[in-house]
Amino acid sequence: MGVLSWIRRHLLAFAALAVLALLLVPNVVVAVFSFNDPVGKFNYNWAKFSTDAWAHPCGSPGICESLGLSLRIGVTASLVATVLGTMVALALGRYQFRGRAATNLLIFVPMATPEVVMGSSLLTLFLMLGIPSGALAILIAHIMFCVSFVVVAVKARVATLDPRLEEAAADLGATPAQTFLRVTLPLAAPGIAAGALLAFSLSFDDYIITNFNASPSSITFPMFVWGAAQRGVPVQVNVIGTVVFLAALLFVIAGQVLSNRRQRAV
Amino acid sequence: MAATRTSGDLRLAGLTKEFDTFTAVHPMDLVIPEGSFFALLGPSGCGKTTTLRMVAGLEQPTAGRIHIGDTEITDTKAHQRNVNTVFQSYALFPHMNVLENVEFGLRRRGDKNATVKAKEALELVQLGEVAKKKPAQLSGGMQQRVALARAVVNRPDVLLLDEPLGALDLKLRRQMQIELKRIQQEVGLTFIHVTHDQEEAMTMADTIAVMNAGRIEQLGDPATLYEHPASTFVANFLGQSNLLKVTVTGPARNGEVPVTAYDTALTVAADHVPGDAKEVWLGVRPEKLRMGEHGGPNRLHGTVSDVSFTGVATQYLVRMPWGKELTVVQQNDGSGRARPGEDVTISWAAEHGFALDAAQAADAGVEEEG
Ligand SMILES: Nc1ncnc2c1ncn2[C@@H]1O[C@H](COP(=O)(O)OP(=O)(O)OP(=O)(O)O)[C@@H](O)[C@H]1O
Ligand SMILES: [Mg+2]
Repeated sequence: MGVLSWIRRHLLAFAALAVLALLLVPNVVVAVFSFNDPVGKFNYNWAKFSTDAWAHPCGSPGICESLGLSLRIGVTASLVATVLGTMVALALGRYQFRGRAATNLLIFVPMATPEVVMGSSLLTLFLMLGIPSGALAILIAHIMFCVSFVVVAVKARVATLDPRLEEAAADLGATPAQTFLRVTLPLAAPGIAAGALLAFSLSFDDYIITNFNASPSSITFPMFVWGAAQRGVPVQVNVIGTVVFLAALLFVIAGQVLSNRRQRAV
Repeated sequence: MAATRTSGDLRLAGLTKEFDTFTAVHPMDLVIPEGSFFALLGPSGCGKTTTLRMVAGLEQPTAGRIHIGDTEITDTKAHQRNVNTVFQSYALFPHMNVLENVEFGLRRRGDKNATVKAKEALELVQLGEVAKKKPAQLSGGMQQRVALARAVVNRPDVLLLDEPLGALDLKLRRQMQIELKRIQQEVGLTFIHVTHDQEEAMTMADTIAVMNAGRIEQLGDPATLYEHPASTFVANFLGQSNLLKVTVTGPARNGEVPVTAYDTALTVAADHVPGDAKEVWLGVRPEKLRMGEHGGPNRLHGTVSDVSFTGVATQYLVRMPWGKELTVVQQNDGSGRARPGEDVTISWAAEHGFALDAAQAADAGVEEEG
């Protein structure tokens, strides 16, 4: 009886662990194989332990250039999209204006459109406007689809905020700018941060839309990996993949700790 | 931008608020003297909050003007008005601790002593020890006191209090009422205190405006409002009233007007009878009625149908021959108590009654009594 009831009591924990394991297995495999010294071009079979790839993460030609480009595009796109998206979300959440319902709907369009359709139509648009394929075109495309996600994340947060708080700030003598900086922004911050992170990761790993609008001199990291997969994946891809995963994990944990501390306060 | 220091009486002229087709506040004319404690009393939904919001600058009036002293503030923004509000829902900033909340207004004005003043204000509401806590960690009553401190600390020309004591238990409520009154007298601010608790309004305010459905029904000091209500609504909302439909039977004599109710001759003070009315409501407060004949020449006979003992007093329901029940409240002065089923006489003096226009509903304001 002891064993059975012990199992029953911890069933939820088991289930949670199982799901967690399922989610993490791919990442673990990626991390483990970053220490492989594969035989041949493909890093699919374990050969022998090596830290070569970790010692020379840029050891494969073009890999760090593509990573750098992806990071630059990711950071720029998420910054611009976060600023634009936050403004749109606040406008939608706080003000009544003509075309509000239409805007609300249109925001969803980029999220609902298949990427292939969006990528190809953007290419057409850029060609018509005379914007050359390459980093700039990719950046514009990324900003466009990231904005929608930021809007959704920030709007969800703004919806939970009491509009009386902004009135209270005005009542206490805060100008609209002070109210925004000291009340609205700090309160919407979790939503803005979530939107920014989401935008960055969407931009960083986008392949389809990017591929449509890229030029030979603008190979992003996902394009590099894709191209490499045809010919043989270098171990460095695993290294960078692992680093990106750990960085993301760090962000999430830091976010949790921060919000916990905020709630607990002294 | 520094708020412009204005000072003087708060004057509302034809102040109106319409929401789409619904008129929340009908044209309102009101002068609230500088330094007075003014109570806005009325049932839920009568437009109290809307009126305050227009004074605070948070709601754009549909029509009308607002002045403080000689300065018109109708078109100034909320942050430019030297008016502060204690919100019905507190509206404390959740990301700031209690002290930062209280400092907020002072810092916006660039006050060098913000922290010192804020701490003093917190002491005033007995919350000095929770200065570093977040609002979410406080009870409803504590949050309400923080909201009070956050507004009072700015020493505004007019302080608007939207049911600031609603969440407090009775003891703390009484304590805060005294405290509020003391703060008001000490700093000489104009307080506009919204409440639907008539007892609170009467104990605290110099002047009470009773509001009903977007209009001020009556304005006056607590005693006048209580002794001489101008409408059945006020008579019922401010305390309890017994209302009898009576017929005026003749002209005033010795300052008293003869009337009859169900064939019983009664009198009522002449200055209470409106115009040349034929029929009026005769009102008497339950505590002005006496069991027995020593209350005065006005007498009615009935049967006790209910007795409830409340300690300081006993409340009787006395059924009249025509079916209506009158409420009688007798001080517990040691005299004997009547029992249910007993036939009794109740009596009162003419000047203890008041007369109201018979066109009004007798039960206006009954349900809503706080
Ligand atoms: N923004 C608005 N749009 C439409 N109607 C409104 C709006 N604000 C208030 N009202 C209406 O105006 C009336 C008065 O509201 P108000 O909030 O002033 O009442 P109140 O006297 O403060 O009531 P309570 O004691 O419940 O707080 C109500 O009937 C309410 O439904
Ligand atoms: Mg209200």
